[in-house]
Amino acid sequence: MTNPVNSYSALKEPDFNAAISMRGVWKLYGDVVALKDLNIDIQKGEKVVIIGPSGSGKSTALRTINKLEDIHLGQIYVSGKNICDSKNDINLMRQDVGMVFQNFNLFPHMNVLKNLTIAPMKLKKVAKSEAEDRALFLLKKVGLADKVKAYPSQLSGGQQQRVAIARALAMQPNIMLFDEPTSALDPEMIGEVLDVMVNLAKEGMTMVVVTHEMSFARQVADRVIFMDQGVILEQGSPMQVFDYPQNPRLQQFLKQIL
Amino acid sequence: MEHSNEMQQEQKASLIFTEGPAPIIKEKNQIFTAWMLSFLGATGLMIGLCLYKPDPYWNIMLFIPDGLLITFKITAISILFAVPIGFLTGLGRLSKNRLINTITSIYVEVIRGIPLLMQLFYIYYALGSILQVSPTVAAISSLSFCFGAYMGEVFRAGILSISKGQTEAARSLGFNKTQTMFLVILPQALKTIIPPIGNECIALLKDTSLVSVIAVADVLRRGREYASQTFEYFETYTMIALVYLVITLLLSKGMSIIEGRLSHYDKSR
Repeated sequence: MTNPVNSYSALKEPDFNAAISMRGVWKLYGDVVALKDLNIDIQKGEKVVIIGPSGSGKSTALRTINKLEDIHLGQIYVSGKNICDSKNDINLMRQDVGMVFQNFNLFPHMNVLKNLTIAPMKLKKVAKSEAEDRALFLLKKVGLADKVKAYPSQLSGGQQQRVAIARALAMQPNIMLFDEPTSALDPEMIGEVLDVMVNLAKEGMTMVVVTHEMSFARQVADRVIFMDQGVILEQGSPMQVFDYPQNPRLQQFLKQIL
Repeated sequence: MEHSNEMQQEQKASLIFTEGPAPIIKEKNQIFTAWMLSFLGATGLMIGLCLYKPDPYWNIMLFIPDGLLITFKITAISILFAVPIGFLTGLGRLSKNRLINTITSIYVEVIRGIPLLMQLFYIYYALGSILQVSPTVAAISSLSFCFGAYMGEVFRAGILSISKGQTEAARSLGFNKTQTMFLVILPQALKTIIPPIGNECIALLKDTSLVSVIAVADVLRRGREYASQTFEYFETYTMIALVYLVITLLLSKGMSIIEGRLSHYDKSR
């Protein structure tokens, strides 16, 4: 194992113009290395899909981008700002990065409309009528305009996840992170969520998606990153990664999931 | 969806009712529940005794109201202090700050390890020799500190019962820790917190009877005064016991009504 102290990639200049720029990122859980000297640049408007076996660090990598996971070493710049610098207000920076979770995590005590309006109203001081207009617009976009007054427990998994995407979009972020958004869904509901994500991609949103949906990756991704044991083993266009994989571990992984 | 329901039920079961009255078990199409039988029995016996033998039973009833008022007063004021103490203790026990966490944990361990009557004696007699507190102040402060510690555990368990995903969702939208607690976590946790807190409040009301030993003129103390004048111990304590029973039964009924209203957003259930 490389000693973190001897890793010099942290000293390399980050790309300040990129949407996300990670330099020499290390993350440990006790003795287990989750991220090992990770370097990623994601440009504005780029759609990146991260794949890899479970425990490969792909979700951890995604969660470090909005500091849901603290890192032990390295630098992460989001929209040119260092999120590891305590001088920068992380709560303000998170407003610019939407996140969609595997288990939706809608607020069960609020109806759909309130789920979408509470953050803009409390954090951006948007007027109620304006926040509700925006919420209705987003709900129409995800095909759930009729569920405004419903509570999350009355919705199917696919509907909940579409509301969760709309909730993240209500803050008008520039970057969207998706942490296995379809893994907790019944197969017949995966399509409706992916459709929403494809449309979002067409609008030019910067997206980082951890997923096992290879068809989605082929259709949408500008770049596919394959991670294993906290390291990027291969990256490239969907065609390069899926059709002409070079790394033996990637070849083996693709054989298992296809 | 089924999965999350199961999870919540498990969490509910993990909250153990310790001292309060037994939770009311609802059975459909049953008019004579245990609660109903107890309540009708207690009120019936009380009224029957007063009508059948006004002397001494009705006389006892006339003698105790001001004691009852003091019991209620001490209960209400103690609850007003105990709930915020419990909330802060629960937060402290969950804090990542080592110092705060240790202090609140020691507070809970110490209070839980000492009987309430002992605490009462300690504040009134032992500290009283330095502080000179009135019996009422001693009663209220010991009840507040004691039940604050108990309630701290309830708040802690309630807050812990909300999945970490809720915090992460709120934080990822940009809410800070305080906003996350008050907008997202607490409103959900209250559903699990309020029933056991209600039970603690009822237990607190019953435990106010202990303050009669430090000369606070609560309902039990009034009963003792009456009995020591008339030597009608059996009659007096029967009535006092019935009064406590009717009050706690009414309160626990009120609790179960509140509990039913709390689940308004789980409409799928």
